[in-house]
Amino acid sequence: MIHINQIRKSYQMGSLSLEVLKGIDLNIEEGELVSIMGPSGSGKSTLLNILGILDQYQEGEYHLAGTLMKSLSERKAAYYRNHYLGFVFQSFHLLEFKNALENVALPLYYQKVSRRKRNRKARELLERVGLGDRAEHMPNELSGGQKQRVAIARALISDPKVILADEPTGALDSQTSDQVMDLFKEVNASGKTVVIVTHEAEVAEKTSRTIHLRDGVVQNDTHNAGVAS
Amino acid sequence: MIFNLDHWLEIWQTVRKNKLRTALTMFSIAWGIFMLILLLAAGRGLENGVRYQFRDDAANSIWITPRITGEPFRGLKAGRSVNLTIEDYEMVRDTIPGVEHITARFNLRGNFLVRNGLQFSRFPIRSVHPGHKYLEKTEMRRGRFLNERDIDERRKVAVIGNRVVDTLFKQTDPIGQWIDINGIQYKVVGVFTDVGGVGEQRMIYIPITTGQAAYGGANRIHRLMFTMGDADLEESKRIEQNVRNLLAERHVYSPDDPRAIRLFNHVENYQRFLQLFQGIALFIWIVGIGTIIAGIVGVGNIMLISVKERTKEIGLRKAIGAPPSDIIGLFLLESMTLTVLAGYIGLVAGIGTVELVQHVLGTMGNPPEFFRDPHVDVHAAAGAALILVLAGVVAGLIPARRAAAIDPIVALRDE
Ligand SMILES: Nc1ncnc2c1ncn2[C@@H]1O[C@H](COP(=O)(O)OP(=O)(O)O)[C@@H](O)[C@H]1O
Ligand SMILES: [Mg+2]
Repeated sequence: MIHINQIRKSYQMGSLSLEVLKGIDLNIEEGELVSIMGPSGSGKSTLLNILGILDQYQEGEYHLAGTLMKSLSERKAAYYRNHYLGFVFQSFHLLEFKNALENVALPLYYQKVSRRKRNRKARELLERVGLGDRAEHMPNELSGGQKQRVAIARALISDPKVILADEPTGALDSQTSDQVMDLFKEVNASGKTVVIVTHEAEVAEKTSRTIHLRDGVVQNDTHNAGVAS
Repeated sequence: MIFNLDHWLEIWQTVRKNKLRTALTMFSIAWGIFMLILLLAAGRGLENGVRYQFRDDAANSIWITPRITGEPFRGLKAGRSVNLTIEDYEMVRDTIPGVEHITARFNLRGNFLVRNGLQFSRFPIRSVHPGHKYLEKTEMRRGRFLNERDIDERRKVAVIGNRVVDTLFKQTDPIGQWIDINGIQYKVVGVFTDVGGVGEQRMIYIPITTGQAAYGGANRIHRLMFTMGDADLEESKRIEQNVRNLLAERHVYSPDDPRAIRLFNHVENYQRFLQLFQGIALFIWIVGIGTIIAGIVGVGNIMLISVKERTKEIGLRKAIGAPPSDIIGLFLLESMTLTVLAGYIGLVAGIGTVELVQHVLGTMGNPPEFFRDPHVDVHAAAGAALILVLAGVVAGLIPARRAAAIDPIVALRDE
């Protein structure tokens, strides 16, 4: 599903060039549940942004579902993000002036799906993440765990191939984190490829494979025996 | 995009979030348009006022009244009367190119007792040539105006204003009737009206030769007037100069003597006024558009702030797949909606106010002459509407492009 070959990425800061990813090789197959770990500043988010076609890389190749993702126009990138990918963020990023249902439905708006269809599907997904009774609530009326479940429902609504999550439990207490991770596992069980960036060992333990980054290279790639994917 | 309900909902949601700010911005746009409409209408009112002042007399005419020389010339002293005669009339008529309709006037001073049987009253009399009809815009209602035979034969005929008919004739047809002016019988050959008002409509015209004979004028004239077709300002000035030179030569005074004759060139004055009003109109547009530009800048600013405040939102929209065109459209539509809506309010308020002023002027007994019929013409309104839509686009363009350029990674960074 995700094939990365010798990817290099550096940030130009004035005359200085800061190399963040120094030649990463990575293959993630369809249906895997993968965590990316590493110390702060090791390039986890940068890698995830490249996987999410939010960021460019200078060298190497990235194939998503068999398509090369390089030097895409803004419009093309938007199209692939919308159809192939679902994002989950540490701080949820729900739109404050839209209720839970409208937030979940938003990606389909950019696919020009009719309002009725959008809302029906959004309601289904809210049911699935256990928030069927919160559909009309505004984000500020929801707890952190509930918000993240709304965000996961939003990531799922366009039926993407891959879910990318950057520290999705970073703002949650451990009990809520467990619930959210259970939800990710469920999503993964339904056939989606899931990639989670985290620095929490408890989170990584719940995934079937953990990739350790350090100083911009893959230091370690381990399969967790106990977790089925 | 315009027909997409979701877009309108999005705009409504953001507008509702910033009620006061939106209201203030819309007010500044509405005010700009309102003022532009009022100024344009006021300019039009003033212009119509001036046109009204000129309504009576032919605007393409020159009027000359002889006076007293102010400078010594060729050994002659200053202070001599310039006496114009029928010969001057004929010379101007026959030798100056560009002169169209021409008439002299021999004044009969004061009002004369005019009688028709038992009906009598006092009326002013003018003795003139047939060409006079074109200088006062005399409109014949019945019969005819004076003609050349009246002049040549010194006929005792009169052309009377409709007010004269009202007073002297009641129901009967005045044409062919005889009236008594100061003891002399005149046959009525025509009835006229004049847009110049009651004073002109009480006038009685008789042939100039008849007037001169009856009141001891020999061949003296008191005024010389002529039209110049569709001569422009330059040509009218040329004709004016030719006439000045001719008269100065004939009556032996300096052509530059400002006191020898009084000459009133309507073309020049009319053109001056028209130019003045063109200038005022231009000024009004500049001021009005300046006001609108201030409004646009206001809207643009508000939108920029809005983009900044909504950075996270825009970043999120892009992350979940909003194409740049969609982001641009969202902001353009928002700014267009604000400007068009506000502008429309200003437009309606402005036109409403103008209509109200018009109504008030209409109900006034004697409306002011210098300010008449202020109104907004269709072109001005259409122009204002076009400016508004463009304003909306311009106001939204920079913020929209800035929004589209937002980097979702930066916008969504968790810190
Ligand atoms: N836009 C940027 N410009 C310059 N340096 C950046 C930028 N984004 C990230 N970096 C740097 O790249 C490195 C990796 O960042 P990041 O991928 O966010 O690490 P992680 O998510 O593992 O903490 C850090 O040293 C960070 O300072
Ligand atoms: Mg990070």
